[in-house]
Amino acid sequence: MDLNVGFLLLSLVKISAVLAWVYGLIQVLGLRSTWARLGGLLAAFGIIQLAIAVPVGDTVVLNDFDLGLLYQAATMAMVALGLNLIYGFNGQFSLGQWGFYGIGAYASADITYRWTNGDARGLLVLGIGSILGWLVILYIGRYLQRYRGVPVLSAFTLYLLGTVVAGAVAVFIGNLLNPLFMPLLGQSNAPGPLNSGVAVQVVFFLSVLIAGVFAAGIGFLFGLPVLTLGSDYFGIATLGFSIVIQTLMVNSDTILPFPEMKGGRGMIGIPKLTTWFWAFLFLVLVIVIMRNLIHSSTGRAILSVREDETAARVMGIDVARYKLMAFAMGSLFAGVGGGVYAHFIGFLSPGTFDFLIGFNPLIIVVFGGLGSMSGTITASFGWIFFLEGLLRVILGQLGTEAPTWRFVLYPIALLLLMLLRPQGLLGTVEWGFLKAREEPTAPREGHPAPAPAKQ
Amino acid sequence: MPDQPPVQSTSNASRTSGAHLAWIGQGFLWLLAALAVFVLGRDLLKDPALFAQIVLSGLQLGFVYALIALGYTMVYGIVKLINFAHGDVFMVGAFVSFYAVTRFELHRWPAIVFPGISPVVTVVVGPITVMLLSMVVCMAMAVTIERVAYKPLRDAPRIAALITAIGVSFFLEFFGALSFVFSPRFIPYQRPFEVVTWYMKDGIHLVTEGKSPPDGSITFSNIFLIIAAASILMQVLLQFLVRRTKIGKAMRAAAFDKPAARLMGINVDRVISFTFAVGAAFAGLGGVLYAIAYSSIWSQMGILPGLKAFVAAVLGGIGSIPGAFVGAMIMGQAEALTMGYISTPMRDAVAFTILILVLLVRPTGIFGEPEKEKA
Repeated sequence: MDLNVGFLLLSLVKISAVLAWVYGLIQVLGLRSTWARLGGLLAAFGIIQLAIAVPVGDTVVLNDFDLGLLYQAATMAMVALGLNLIYGFNGQFSLGQWGFYGIGAYASADITYRWTNGDARGLLVLGIGSILGWLVILYIGRYLQRYRGVPVLSAFTLYLLGTVVAGAVAVFIGNLLNPLFMPLLGQSNAPGPLNSGVAVQVVFFLSVLIAGVFAAGIGFLFGLPVLTLGSDYFGIATLGFSIVIQTLMVNSDTILPFPEMKGGRGMIGIPKLTTWFWAFLFLVLVIVIMRNLIHSSTGRAILSVREDETAARVMGIDVARYKLMAFAMGSLFAGVGGGVYAHFIGFLSPGTFDFLIGFNPLIIVVFGGLGSMSGTITASFGWIFFLEGLLRVILGQLGTEAPTWRFVLYPIALLLLMLLRPQGLLGTVEWGFLKAREEPTAPREGHPAPAPAKQ
Repeated sequence: MPDQPPVQSTSNASRTSGAHLAWIGQGFLWLLAALAVFVLGRDLLKDPALFAQIVLSGLQLGFVYALIALGYTMVYGIVKLINFAHGDVFMVGAFVSFYAVTRFELHRWPAIVFPGISPVVTVVVGPITVMLLSMVVCMAMAVTIERVAYKPLRDAPRIAALITAIGVSFFLEFFGALSFVFSPRFIPYQRPFEVVTWYMKDGIHLVTEGKSPPDGSITFSNIFLIIAAASILMQVLLQFLVRRTKIGKAMRAAAFDKPAARLMGINVDRVISFTFAVGAAFAGLGGVLYAIAYSSIWSQMGILPGLKAFVAAVLGGIGSIPGAFVGAMIMGQAEALTMGYISTPMRDAVAFTILILVLLVRPTGIFGEPEKEKA
């Protein structure tokens, strides 16, 4: 038993620094002046980049292990933010977030895997399919707007038919266009001009976006009928969704036609394209989009659904529509997170997307405070660095069986937290950028100042 | 069709009613049903004996699920909590019986204590003692969990209790995986009684060792009979408990309206503890029977059966005891038929797909009552 005290102290310092960095990032995003904001963002990006790249003595400040944790924390923050949108802000108790994360990871990995192996169909089919699918969904939505009281199951059937047709068309177009790309891609041992350098980075960027949009589409189709269920029924149905997705992953090479995913053995050979730049970019994008969504009129409608569905309906809010919107948006964030995850780990196995691990985002969201974006982001970073980083290493030094102790200790911590502070660490407090902006002008005459938003 | 909340019309009343579109959704469901009937009918006609054999294995699975589902449905009915730790109570039940049998030979205690006793008494009393021991240990554990983890959170937001339940579940799974507790590996389970197998073709015959039953026969063993008997007996006992006894009346009252029950002088806390204890006893028995049937145990064996039992409870209408039984039977059949005719790994997917479909048609389950309006 040789527990290294120096290592422990160093890790604690690192974790504090990372959490301080998260706090700083959120503050920096909220700066009023555009230039200050950009400079701050650059600084936030640069600090970590320096810590990764520039050696101090014979080592770097953040080694590969720390960097892996950082990527994991960033993806977890995206997934958890999506879940917070669905559960924390919209009040729909979802256990399916991990399934969307898996969909995003596999979709994005498939695109870049095929691309680097001289096959453009992944990008073409999924890209065209996602766009066409959403166009069809929007069109059918417009069509159904003409009627009131359309049975949910009928609407679902129409959307399903429409998206299946869109998918078939996308497969057709993809097969048609693929020969045009083949010579430009080359083989993996002799990459063509579209298969190196910037082009691959662009494809990676597109693949992550497509993964998000694709996951959002699945979320829309699944959410449409299921969101009409009551809270616990919805929860168990989404849990079922996670399990179904994981089962499909296990059977991806037998029942689904994707031999490159290799079923339960796990998908290997995914190009490791995630760099700190991409992780940072997507994290900031998700935070900004989420924040702007929440503090828009759409966001207020989403919040009102959580507070009281009946009252929201009486106020003229289309409850079903906003539930669906929040659910699809949350799935999109999860899909993007999955895309980023797949390309730093380079290996996907169905075990990663087990529903048991899928409780983690839920626990993080509750831990950070339901309905607090700052809490979710901080909790994601803290969670990964403490549990995956510090505790794993420390317990790893104690003996062979110690990793199991990790899962013995953390439920106890969870129980204590729930007993002592059931509203989560931050409650509904928001920091800097994520706060609702205060009214800049003094209240005009005759108009009383708006009451502070009650949470 | 269920009465779904209509898609809200925000402004114009000029929009025509979309009720005439209902046939699309119904047609979709009928198409799915026709497909299922076609596939099952084809398999039935192809090899009726195999089909019957698969249905039999589905029944066996269903009876075990029914035992676990009872605990979920009762606890949910009263405290509105998805008790995720219930599946792990099931696991503990299996392990208790394992240690009782292999370490202490509890299944042979009549023969050891009274050496000259008839072997029939040993065969009957021994295994029943093992099951009772498991049930008692599980009851004690569930009551402890309820006191330590759930009771302090009774007035907290529901999510706090749910997260706590997940925490307790993780704790039991991984604490059990420590080598000084249970084991991180699969353990072969030693049955407390000998397995006797029969086959059914032109009457029922005993399968003798070294001789395989003829083609086209249906085999079943005493394990199946014991599981069926135990499960049905427990259902009947529970019905009696809930319908005919004073504590059962108190349970129903607490499930209906807790504050009112408290005003009527019912000790609601005790009723809740009692509910957890009864549910845990059934889960413990289920654990022993599951281990006997599938003869392998490990510390995470409770997760999926527990989850599926909960799904069965939801399927049947949570809070309803006959519903749990019917739901469990459906789950068992769905799983067995999938394993038999599609592929083994797809069993979970099909089970959950059925759940989602049933919830779409009947949002509160087969026997469930429509949800009360929020006060």
